[in-house]
Amino acid sequence: MRDVAILGVGQTKFGELWDRSFREIGIEAGLAALEGARLSSHDLSALYLGNMASGAFIDQEHIAPLILDYAGLGNHHLPAIRVEAGGASGAVALHQAYLAVASGHHDFVVVGGAEKMTDVPDALGQAITSAAADQEWETVFGATLPALWALVARRHMHDHGTHREDFARLSVLAHEHGSHNPLAHYRNKISLDAVLGAGMVAEPLGMLDCAPSSDGAAALVLGPLELARRYTDTPIRIAASEMACDSMAVQHRRDVTTVDATVMAAQRAFRRAGRAPGEIPLAEVHDSYSISGLIALEDLGFYPKGAAAKALREGVGAVGSRLAVNTSGGLKAQGQPFGAVGVAQVAEVVRQLRGEATGRQVSGPERGLTHSLGGTGATAVVHILERVN
Amino acid sequence: MGTVARFWRETPRRYNLGGNRCAHCGSVYFPPRSVCPTCETHRRSLGHLEPFQLSGDGTIFSYTVVHDAAEGFEMQVPYVLALVKTVEGPLLTGQVVDVDPREVRIGMKVRAVFRKLRAEGAAGVIHYGYKFARVPEEGRPAAGAPARAAVPSRPDAPAVV
Repeated sequence: MRDVAILGVGQTKFGELWDRSFREIGIEAGLAALEGARLSSHDLSALYLGNMASGAFIDQEHIAPLILDYAGLGNHHLPAIRVEAGGASGAVALHQAYLAVASGHHDFVVVGGAEKMTDVPDALGQAITSAAADQEWETVFGATLPALWALVARRHMHDHGTHREDFARLSVLAHEHGSHNPLAHYRNKISLDAVLGAGMVAEPLGMLDCAPSSDGAAALVLGPLELARRYTDTPIRIAASEMACDSMAVQHRRDVTTVDATVMAAQRAFRRAGRAPGEIPLAEVHDSYSISGLIALEDLGFYPKGAAAKALREGVGAVGSRLAVNTSGGLKAQGQPFGAVGVAQVAEVVRQLRGEATGRQVSGPERGLTHSLGGTGATAVVHILERVN
Repeated sequence: MGTVARFWRETPRRYNLGGNRCAHCGSVYFPPRSVCPTCETHRRSLGHLEPFQLSGDGTIFSYTVVHDAAEGFEMQVPYVLALVKTVEGPLLTGQVVDVDPREVRIGMKVRAVFRKLRAEGAAGVIHYGYKFARVPEEGRPAAGAPARAAVPSRPDAPAVV
């Protein structure tokens, strides 16, 4: 296995992009990443594309060669691979691309993530994304993704004394950070009272505890670290790319308040990188719901079970605190185009490590972590990224 | 949503709470599994998973009041959805009905009842299955809760709506 570096990143604006098609946003992100890496398309040997549900959202399957084609690479005959893992699709695509480069099979590859969600009505969108939960034993009985996370939240409150305000704080933080991110879906700041007073989706989760459905795409160019310096002065090394899976349904988990897939992916990632949670100054965690972000802070090893609430009360998460959380705005404010999320999280950490996160820049970070979930935690992916000095 | 067959084939589980039990380690599963995830050597469980009937009795392990409905449940909002810890062990996901949502608590005793879940598509094919109703406490009858399980006891028993 050889070291793998990120050479370039690209990302579209996230939001309700009614005037833009799936192919347009996918290509914009990919070309921007190539441009950033100062790489020619002739240098590429594969495309990996994370996407959850293009068939349901835009009636189009087989999208990896489609994007390759419209990127002008159809006649290069590269392998183009779509990867699906619910909200972790982009992160798993990156994991696959990392393995291909690390093994030596490919040198330079593009990893994209894209989702076009606003071509369907909201209710249909919810039905499509809820298919990342168990359709036979959860959703058929009236569950939705927010309802399942609400069940997790209520039990977390019961078992660990967490308050409604504790996870609501993550939404406030997300919007504060998102206000500084020009690519974010939402750039307005919100108050704790606004989160607590918002209409209920599934109690105790309200509208502002839930990340939106967004259109958007993000892309990275990966290559072997030993060749990266030819193309960029600031390669970012992937110190770890690890994933883990668990039971599909919340009802079958060992502990409803713990995402064991996150615990395992994080343990593997820290071991692989030779690092500990205390050495991570910034993290992008999967806050599809405020409660999922809070639980991630525990399961990643930053805080013991039940202790993330207190840390957030004390100001952890803000830029300038000991752990900056979701400086991009997270899924809540930057937006949630399902297949693009895992790639966009990595793009934000790369911007931070390069000192390009204007308005929300963490002071001189050496490394950062990303965490992506599929569904309610049947898939978890953790990446640890480092500057190369 | 899918074809009629997709739902029809699950009726022994959805109508009658038919799970299974690993004869090797004793673990109970719902829905039934082909491989026992508890047995240290999974292979040992193969062919040893026997049908096992859940009673339908349990307590609320966690709950939510859903305001933004799942597809097909729009007419039922707000509705209570819960994780129910059955007396036999497995957790089940289902609605809690015939109760004021404000009275639902973790630890509340419930029992499975057989109900209409939703109707699908233009043809209106009806899906039936389990929901949960509050079990009356001593000296305090709960409105609408059945005196005993209304879930048919055998796979071929007539449906009770």
